[in-house]
Amino acid sequence: MLNHTPKEIYEKRGLVINPAKTCQPIGAMYAALGIHGCLPHSHGSQGCCSYHRMHLTRHFRDPIVASTSSFTEGSSVFGGLSNLKTAINNVFSIYKPEVIAINTTYLSETIGDDIGSIIQDAEIPEGKVVLHANTPSYVGSHITGFSNMVKAMVTYLAKSEKGISNGKVNIIPGFVNPGDMREIKRIAKLLEVPITMFPDTSGVVDSPMTGKYEMYPKGGAKVEEITDSGNSDLTIALGRFASEAGAFELEKKCKVKPSILKTPIGIEATDKLIMELVKATGVDVPYELEEERGQLVDIMTDTHYHYHGKRVAIFGDPDTVIALTEFVLGIGMKPIHVLTGTPGQSFEIEIKEMLEEAGVEGRVKSGGDLFEFHQWIKNEPVDLIIGNTYGKFISKAEDIPLVRIGFPVLDRSVHSYLPVVGYKGAMRVLEMISNALLDKVDIDSSDEDFELVL
Amino acid sequence: MNRGCCLETLDERKEFILEKNSSDKNKIIDCEKNSIAGSISQRACVYCGARVVLNPITDAYHIVHGPIGCAVYTWDIRGSLSSREEVYRNSFSTDLREEDIIFGGEKKLAAAIDEIAAKHSPKLIFVYATCVVGVIGDDLEAVCKEAERKHNIKVVPVQSSGFAGNKKDGYKAACHALLLGPKVEKKKGINFLGDFNLAGEMWIVTSYLKQLGIEVNAKITGDSTFEEIKNAAKSELNIVQCAGSMTYLAKQMEKEYGIPFIDVSFYGIEDTVTSFEKVIEALGDKYNEEFLDLIKKEALETEKSLMTYKELLKDKKAAIYVGGGFKAISLIKQFNELGMKTVMVGTQTGKRNEYETIKSLVDEGTVILDDSNPSELEKFMKEKGADILVGGVKERPLAYKLGIAFCDHNHERKHPLNCFEGSINFAQEVHTSVNSPVWKSIRKELRDVHED
Repeated sequence: MLNHTPKEIYEKRGLVINPAKTCQPIGAMYAALGIHGCLPHSHGSQGCCSYHRMHLTRHFRDPIVASTSSFTEGSSVFGGLSNLKTAINNVFSIYKPEVIAINTTYLSETIGDDIGSIIQDAEIPEGKVVLHANTPSYVGSHITGFSNMVKAMVTYLAKSEKGISNGKVNIIPGFVNPGDMREIKRIAKLLEVPITMFPDTSGVVDSPMTGKYEMYPKGGAKVEEITDSGNSDLTIALGRFASEAGAFELEKKCKVKPSILKTPIGIEATDKLIMELVKATGVDVPYELEEERGQLVDIMTDTHYHYHGKRVAIFGDPDTVIALTEFVLGIGMKPIHVLTGTPGQSFEIEIKEMLEEAGVEGRVKSGGDLFEFHQWIKNEPVDLIIGNTYGKFISKAEDIPLVRIGFPVLDRSVHSYLPVVGYKGAMRVLEMISNALLDKVDIDSSDEDFELVL
Repeated sequence: MNRGCCLETLDERKEFILEKNSSDKNKIIDCEKNSIAGSISQRACVYCGARVVLNPITDAYHIVHGPIGCAVYTWDIRGSLSSREEVYRNSFSTDLREEDIIFGGEKKLAAAIDEIAAKHSPKLIFVYATCVVGVIGDDLEAVCKEAERKHNIKVVPVQSSGFAGNKKDGYKAACHALLLGPKVEKKKGINFLGDFNLAGEMWIVTSYLKQLGIEVNAKITGDSTFEEIKNAAKSELNIVQCAGSMTYLAKQMEKEYGIPFIDVSFYGIEDTVTSFEKVIEALGDKYNEEFLDLIKKEALETEKSLMTYKELLKDKKAAIYVGGGFKAISLIKQFNELGMKTVMVGTQTGKRNEYETIKSLVDEGTVILDDSNPSELEKFMKEKGADILVGGVKERPLAYKLGIAFCDHNHERKHPLNCFEGSINFAQEVHTSVNSPVWKSIRKELRDVHED
């Protein structure tokens, strides 16, 4: 279908073709859903809110609600002040959330609405919270938006009471699925480390079927937990791009020590998360986790010849891609094309270092698009693509299997419930990679080469 | 019964909700207004309206001038199939950055058009204005005009700043962009307006018209090309299916090119037969009327095939929440054909006359809604005991969460739902969802809520 993508690579000056990122507000909306009882509010015109809800709905296959300031021409000329004030009143009286988390849009940023002052002047019912993040669509990507909303949670809510430690570790999980957040919480529980996770979209966008629609499902980090995060001893931020800003803000505001780790995809990154938790609390690693790790290594041994030496192209969000690159290098694959749509030079530096250390020659780009990624693959083909749903165009055109990991996944289900993080997640990723490669062998083999056992 | 809904309806919303009631016959629903701030509207924006109408033109380069999101969220979500070109399934954006906001985005846009012209040999480029373009004041007209001159191709600006109205204003912007051809001599044949070839629906209708000996000169816009749309001015008649998006264009074409138009709908057996009759009538005696016998025979056979489903769907109740009034009206009729009763019907952008038709079609007690939100949909579906909801992307998981079946009559439909074969597909889909064993897995007390 996209076969017309030319092989010849040329510099694009005005155009992004087939984006590998999207805009800030949707990331902020996703993060806001990770607060218990929160209604995200989009300060701009209706389309933005509608598109973000639609995209999240497709990925999670759960109802995603958010309100909008419903900008008209008038608000765009005279500012959105009165729309936002009306909106805050209406939302509290009708939808009764505990929290309204406002994200701005391209439009409200460009006309220069000062959301902070509007909130200060707004009538907010007793015990309720309104917070906001500036998320102009012309800066960064959806990952930047997620990061900004996490930072806003700290700015608005976190407090420290001198000398009192709550004995907890904060974990900022990054832009991952609720299934991943559940897995991280399970690991902490096995280690008996008390944690506060924020944002926490588990129980919100993967809420159980009860036959009753809950606008505010049981999940999400409670406001008091986020407030109390200022009294923790340590913040573990998983993924620099999505989580670091929140952790640093908490250090600045409440002197909580930050520790920035990779998203725990793969054995090495998971080991590091577990050791960090162990170090912080002095607990022993329980047998259950040792056993899981052992099983993972056993699976890696059983499957290594399925993928060893295979060439792979990885794209998606920076934290996910960095962790995936480390993982596939660790199992002997060759990531020769690595790309993220989110701008940021440190991505390129980090990946290049990893590739150099492993002796793999590969291309790396941040702020790139899938048109160029496709051109790379045309010039230097790979055995496997790992990325989100949008990779299916390239996969089809070049007849290369695609393993769907990341955001968004619009054409498959169940992904948001099952983790890719932790040892369990690593097992799942290995299964997906192995099966994708072996299915291709089966499909492509002639009758005389077709075998029962691979 | 546990009504389960703790949410109140805002006073301002009350006039947008109507329950059909014989003692209050003259009451009308409020509609065609902007949503109130703070609402959880299911509506989209001007840009969205323009994009969905124009996107199915298969050989066009659709450049979204603005932030990346506007391009991403409309990238290949439409399900409009193509028999030839595939260019339209890519996503082109100028991805404006901070410096472009400060210094203006015109240069970047011009560079984007230059790149496409240099590397892809385009015939037609659409340039969409998003919210921000209206605010920073980029002169789209001038950039497009200059690019036309420079590259000798058609570059059409689409004035679709998101905040300047709502989705229906985007339809209008698209219609303006579609008036591409000069006034020319008439030739035999018609234009089919307002079918977007979702799941190949356009192909079904055009194959019938071909049997009738009617040539479709321009399909607007499903599976169409620049050449086709340019030639649309030659046709002797416009038939309009999606009235919400295309009536404006039909009126403009009547004014500028003297082409008369009629409304048609190929959804449901009744509407399909009537529409073919209308087309033949509108074209006078120029075409063979024997075709009608064939159509009526097919209609009868389809009705027979529906009998099995009617049995399976007896006494089931339907709820509808769709984009425009045209679709809602067809769906009410289709549910009637299946012997089902519509208990709730709403639209995002229905017009007053469409709501009047809706009111006349439904039974007493049916709730009619304009620009509704998830809590209202939940409230009325539960109160009225709906067994299935027909809607789009955002409504699907809502219905499922309530334990209610769902039928997609929007972007994500995977099979055609129009004409005779579509009527059977529709019945089949309604049946498989309503009668799926999956609902039995919901705990018993929850089922009771719906059976009450």
